[in-house]
Amino acid sequence: MTIFTLAQRAMSAQLVRMNAAASNLANAGSVAASEEDAYKPIRAVFAEDFDRASGLASVDLRGVVREQAAALREHTPDHPLADANGDVWAAPVDENAEMVEMLEASRQYQNLVEALSTTKQLMLETMRLK
Amino acid sequence: MSREIFGIHGRALELRSQRMGLIAANIANAATPGYKARDIDFTDALARSETGTDPASAAEGALRYRVPVMPALDGNTVELQNEQLAFSENALGYSTTLEFIRGRVDTLKRALRGD
Repeated sequence: MTIFTLAQRAMSAQLVRMNAAASNLANAGSVAASEEDAYKPIRAVFAEDFDRASGLASVDLRGVVREQAAALREHTPDHPLADANGDVWAAPVDENAEMVEMLEASRQYQNLVEALSTTKQLMLETMRLK
Repeated sequence: MSREIFGIHGRALELRSQRMGLIAANIANAATPGYKARDIDFTDALARSETGTDPASAAEGALRYRVPVMPALDGNTVELQNEQLAFSENALGYSTTLEFIRGRVDTLKRALRGD
C-alpha cells in the first residue's frame, strides 16, 4: 500500500461519513405512521486496516449502521398519517450533531488532500533531481 | 555505490519517506475508534540504519506509539494538530535532505564536465 492508496481509501471513507450525515439531515423532521417506519439516523463505521507489507494503516469502512434511537412521538390528530391515538412518529435526528459530524468529515477530508499534495510535491521534486 | 556518493542522506531520505507514510496513516485514521497513532523515532532509526540495517527494518525497529495528551473516549490516540505539525516538520526534513543530495549531484556533474 502506498501513501496514495492510503489517502484515497481514507477520503472515500470520509465521503461516506459525510453522505450519511447529509441523509440524516435530509430526513430530519420527516414523520411516519408507526414507530417502526420512522427514519432512524445512519452512521458510517470505521475500522483500522493495517497492511503488514508496507507497515501503513488505512481506513476500512465496515459498513453503515442504523442507530437504535427511539422515534419521537408527536401528538397531531390532524395529520393524515396519524394513528388511532392521533400520534405520528418523527425521525430522531439531532440536527446540530449532524452538522458537527459533517464539518468534521469535511475537515478531515481537507487534511488528507493537504497531506497528499505535500507528498506529491516532494515526490515530484525527487523525480526531477538530475 | 549510492552509499559512497550520498552518505547518510540516501538513507535519511528513505526514512523520511517512511515516516511521511506513517504520519499520513495517523491523519487518515483520526476518526477510527481504537486506532493507536504511531511514529518513528527518527534519530533512533537513522542510528540503526548507520549500522548497516536496511531502512525499512531500521524504521520498524524505531517505531513508537504516540503518548496522547488527552486520550479520546473511543481509544483513538490521534491528535490532529500534533500530526499536522509532525507532517510538516517531516516534509521540511525531506526537502532539506533532498537539497543536500541535489548539491552532491551538482558537484559530481561539475566534476564530470571538468569545469
